[in-house]
Amino acid sequence: MRTAAMRPYLLSAPALLLFTGVVLIPIAMTVILSFHDWGQYKGIEPVFILKNWREIIDDSYFHEMFLRTLRISVLVTLIAAVFGAPEAYILNRMRNPWKGIFLLVILGPLLISVVARTLGWALLFGGETGVINKALLNLGVITAPIPFMFTETGVVIALSHVLMPFMVLSVWAGLQRLDPQVENAALSLGASHATVLRRIVLPQVMPGILSGSIIVFALAASAFATPAIIGGRRLKVASTLAYDEFLNTLNWPLGAAVAVLLLVALVAIVVGSSRLVERRYAQVFG
Amino acid sequence: MPFLALEALTKRFGDQVAVDALDLAVEPGEFVSLLGPSGCGKTTTLQMIAGFVEPTSGGITLEGRDLLGMQPNQRGLGIVFQSYALFPHMTAAENVAFGLEMRRVARAERDQRVAQTLELVGLGALADRYPRRMSGGQQQRVALARALVIRPRILLLDEPLSNLDAKLREEMQIELRQIQRTVGTTTILVTHDQAEAMALSDRIVVMNKGKVEQIGRPHEAYEKPASAFVAGFLGKTNVLPGAVRRENDGAFAQIGDGSWPVPDATGAQVSVSVRPEKIDFIDAAACSIGGTVRTRIFQGNHWLYQIETPCGLVTVIRQNSGQAVPAEGTTVRLTWRAEDMAIHPAAEAAS
Repeated sequence: MRTAAMRPYLLSAPALLLFTGVVLIPIAMTVILSFHDWGQYKGIEPVFILKNWREIIDDSYFHEMFLRTLRISVLVTLIAAVFGAPEAYILNRMRNPWKGIFLLVILGPLLISVVARTLGWALLFGGETGVINKALLNLGVITAPIPFMFTETGVVIALSHVLMPFMVLSVWAGLQRLDPQVENAALSLGASHATVLRRIVLPQVMPGILSGSIIVFALAASAFATPAIIGGRRLKVASTLAYDEFLNTLNWPLGAAVAVLLLVALVAIVVGSSRLVERRYAQVFG
Repeated sequence: MPFLALEALTKRFGDQVAVDALDLAVEPGEFVSLLGPSGCGKTTTLQMIAGFVEPTSGGITLEGRDLLGMQPNQRGLGIVFQSYALFPHMTAAENVAFGLEMRRVARAERDQRVAQTLELVGLGALADRYPRRMSGGQQQRVALARALVIRPRILLLDEPLSNLDAKLREEMQIELRQIQRTVGTTTILVTHDQAEAMALSDRIVVMNKGKVEQIGRPHEAYEKPASAFVAGFLGKTNVLPGAVRRENDGAFAQIGDGSWPVPDATGAQVSVSVRPEKIDFIDAAACSIGGTVRTRIFQGNHWLYQIETPCGLVTVIRQNSGQAVPAEGTTVRLTWRAEDMAIHPAAEAAS
């Protein structure tokens, strides 16, 4: 009786130990670290002070970083939804073998390192002589080159591309559950194709779009490689800021405070919005 | 002029012919079933009427107007899909109201018609429920209400009852028939269930491999099947090989050790189909074949026999009238009336 009750705990113990060792303990250590003191000459002092937190809260420099991170993440999420959802719908309507080919085209980039893909964008942007600016100038779309490198525009474009597959996959999963006859049913009742998309298809893939948005938002807010390469030292976001504090300034406690704040904000936003999504759609798609 | 007319309607998928030159005229208010095994082209025919599949050739006219030039959303037909295809993000009432919204029916009238139609299908109490929270039978009723509320010129039913369990299916059959009579909408049903087609329809179109085998009233198609396929597909039947010989006083079919008078027009080798319930036991007669009772099964209101004869196993169903019945292993003679036989050329029986 007693052993039977213990069995689930014993069976999950190894995984729990690993999780505690590689996730919980480092996070706890980071949190503790964020309350320590640091000085140029004395290094890290294991004391309990609120100096780092006060600095983040008071200094407008940090406000700017976090607001920029939020702005970039929201924009990337919106762009991914606006382009990714129709992409998934069109892909779903395609016939084989095109469906398979284009699925590979969309998901293929996931197999390539984010750094490689971002460097690709850096080559395309490449200052005033970049391929994109040259093409736009020659086509007469713009009269002066658009600054892409070290700007939010560039980071948003590159991040949107890097994270698009996650949105497509999420919406695609939602579309798989859609009964193809439902669209025919709406047509037979007199709806136009546009109305079918707006009133029938969109509401049904909405949960997919929202869960995709949560994934893309979380990944965009914590992205490191893309903002580091495209944004560089001139355009820092929360994750590159934490990196710089750790490895360049060597102010570990301040870096830890930035990292913890990013983590807490992300968890709050992600958990809050998925609660909202679940409650909204529980009755319909339960 | 018929209400709905299909003329030489044909659909090819590549070099495969799904529907082959189908002709059908449907009268207003009629309930017609397209019946056949899977892959016989019945669903493709329905989808061509609905406008979801473009015919390769042929025509469809409704009240004399050509339907083929119209998009599915202009045809004004009510369709009940096999999967019901309800809008999962809308309540029952919203599902039913959708077609009226598309027709820009005023709010007050819309609400009234939705309530009325939900009442008609017995779902008045569940108007605010989402499809996910409904049983299969209830979803089926919502689908029917959604198709009926727009007052369609034709109601198309695509295997509407096939996802329900046997008992519910029987109840829904009776109800569907009553609703169709009440509303009076011309209805076309696609089904592979011969009992369902016979229970519901005014006329049955039996299809096989894209071709029409027979169009007729259920009773007529059952009693006078036009082909061996129809005889075998509609209800149970015994198929027996026969040889026709012509004599001075007419033609006779030799089946086993018995012979029956037949119309002269048939070929030399025929296959004869006889319904199990038309066969009777007899002491001795010219029109009879001998056999041995192999199994005898009691089924309450009737007895089911399997009789070993020179022509193969013959199934016989006799009413349980309380009289003595032949035991297993006894020798019996089987007879039936000449008019109860359906005679077809022998080659057909092989298919």
